[in-house]
Amino acid sequence: MQKMDNINLQITATKVRKGIIEAVHSAGSGHPGGSLSAADMFTYLYFEEMNIDPADPRKEDRDRFVLSKGHNSPGLYSVLANRGYFPVEDLKTFRKLGSYLQGHPCMNETPGVDMSSGSLGQGISTAVGMALSGKISGKDYRVYTLLGDGEIQEGQVWEASMFAGARNLDNLVVIVDNNGLQIDGKVEDVCSVYPIDKKFEAFNFEVININGHDFGEIRAAFAKARETKGKPTAIIMKTTKGKDVSFMEDKAEWHGKAPNDEQYAIAIEELDKKIAELEAEG
Amino acid sequence: MNDTVKKATRESYGEALASLGEKYDFLVLDADLAGATKTSTFKKAFPERHIDCGIAESNMTGIAAGIATTGKTVFISSFAMFAAGRNFEQVRNSIGYPHLNVKIGATHAGITVGEDGATHQCLEDIALMRTIPGMKVIVPADDIEAKACVEAAINYEGPVYMRFGRAAVPVIYDENYVFDMDKAVVVREGKDVTIAACGVCVASALEAAEMLAADGIDAEVINFHTIKPLDKDTLVASASKTGRVFTVEEHSVIGGLGGAVCEVLAEENPVKVTRIGVNDVFGQSGPAKDLMKFYGLDGEGVYKTIKENL
Repeated sequence: MQKMDNINLQITATKVRKGIIEAVHSAGSGHPGGSLSAADMFTYLYFEEMNIDPADPRKEDRDRFVLSKGHNSPGLYSVLANRGYFPVEDLKTFRKLGSYLQGHPCMNETPGVDMSSGSLGQGISTAVGMALSGKISGKDYRVYTLLGDGEIQEGQVWEASMFAGARNLDNLVVIVDNNGLQIDGKVEDVCSVYPIDKKFEAFNFEVININGHDFGEIRAAFAKARETKGKPTAIIMKTTKGKDVSFMEDKAEWHGKAPNDEQYAIAIEELDKKIAELEAEG
Repeated sequence: MNDTVKKATRESYGEALASLGEKYDFLVLDADLAGATKTSTFKKAFPERHIDCGIAESNMTGIAAGIATTGKTVFISSFAMFAAGRNFEQVRNSIGYPHLNVKIGATHAGITVGEDGATHQCLEDIALMRTIPGMKVIVPADDIEAKACVEAAINYEGPVYMRFGRAAVPVIYDENYVFDMDKAVVVREGKDVTIAACGVCVASALEAAEMLAADGIDAEVINFHTIKPLDKDTLVASASKTGRVFTVEEHSVIGGLGGAVCEVLAEENPVKVTRIGVNDVFGQSGPAKDLMKFYGLDGEGVYKTIKENL
C-alpha cells in the first residue's frame, strides 16, 4: 500500500542526506559516500516498505533490517531519526564518546537497530538467520539487508547466499548498493565483482536490477520481491556514490572522509536547495 | 573415579541436547559434522529443530546470531578449530558484541583429536574465547559434567563456549554432582601442592596425585571446569595453603587455564606456577593415548613434571 508519493519520498531522502552530512561533519569522520548512495533505499525501506513502529522498536512481528555494510551507519541513523526513533538533533553526537550512535551499528545501543554489524560479510548471515527463524516459527515478517558492492568480495556473503537460496528463504531481500567504488578505487579494478546479477541468479535468487535513485523502480522491485515465492530476492541497485552532494559524487575519496566546515556549508546549501525545488514541484 | 567407565564428552554433549530438548526450546546448528560432533543424537530426536548449514562455519555463526535476535536459544557445533579458530571474528562481532544467546558446542578440541593431526588439533581455543567480553568458557572433565554444563549454558542468558573432546575419558563424578559455573571443584584435598586442571586432564591430575601420595606428597586437585569466569576464591585459597601451583590442560601453555591461573595469582597471591600443557608447538598425528603420553599430559607425565619441579 502506497503511503507517500515519489516527490515526498525524494524530499524525505534529501532530509536523510542532510542528516548524513550533519552526523559525519560533526564527528569529523565517518562514511558519507555509501550512505548518500543508499539514502533513497534507506528512505523507501523505513518510510514505505517495512512493517515497523518507531514507538515500539522491538515489536516481535516487525520487519527486520540488517545494515551489512555497517560503515554506512550515518545513513541508517539519519533515516531512523527522521522516522522518529530518536531526535534528529542527536545525529550530531555520532561517533562521540558516550554516544548511542556508535561508529558502526550496535543493536543494544540504538533504538531501531536490529543487528550489530560492520565487519563486512557478516550482516547478511545474520539476516539469513532472522529469515530462517521466521520460517521456523511460521511468522510472516520480512528481512532486508543492504550490502556494498565491495563487500560482496567477502566469501561469507556467498556462504550466506548459497544457504538462503538452498533454503528457499522468500522472506529475505538482499540489496546490493552498486555505486561502483570502494576504498581503493573502482570495484572492477580492485577485484571485479561483476556480473553481480548472474552470481545471485546462480544461487537461486530472483534478481532485479534497478536504478537505486528512482523511487518508481524501487517500488516496483519490492512489489516483485513480495510476489516471489520459493526463493529469496536480490535487488542490485545502480547508484552514484556521494549522490546529491556535487563534490562528493562518484569519488572514491569520499568513501570514508568528513567534509570540512566550508564543504559542509556547500553540501547543506545544495541539499536545502534541492528540498526547496522538490517542494515547489510537489 | 571409576576407571572402567569411559565416555567422550562429545557423546555426552549430543545426549544432553537430546535429553534436554523436551524441557527447553532451542535449535541446534551444525556444519556437516553432525555425526562427529554428536548433534546427530539430537537430530534423531528432534529433526525439525536441527539445521545443517553445510561446510560454512562462519555463515553458521551468523545465522545463529540472527536467529538469537528473534528470541530463540541456539547451539552451534563444529570442531574447536573451526568453531573458535576459523570463526573467532564472527563469534566476537556477531555473537559476543551484541551478547546474543548462542551456545557454542566445540568438539574435537586439543591433542586428543588424535590421528587427524595438527591442522585439526585446536590448542588455542580457550585463549581465543576467553578474551571476548561476556563469553563463558567451560571445559567439562567428564560425561556427568559435560551434560550438566549444557543445561547450565541454556539457563545462562548470553554466549557460552563449551569445549568437548573426541576421545573417551574416565567418568569422575556420579549422578549427584551439581555443576555451578562460578565454583571450581576440589576433587582431591591436599596440603603440599595444588594441581589445577580442566577437561581430560582432571583425570590425569588425579592419577598423578595418587602417585605423588605414594611419595608422601599430598596434592590438592582442583577441577577448573569454567575458565571464564575463573573461580578466584578457590584458586587463591588453595594457593595460599600449598604455596605451589601446577596447571594441566590439553591446550597451549599460552593463554589457556595456565595463563588464566597465572593472571589471577600474579595479582592476588604470587606463588610459583608451572604450566603443564602443549609447549607452544603444533600437535601431530597419533592415537590420543600416545599423544597424551608424548606431551606429558597423562598421569605419569604430570607426575614426572611435578616431581622434577617441586
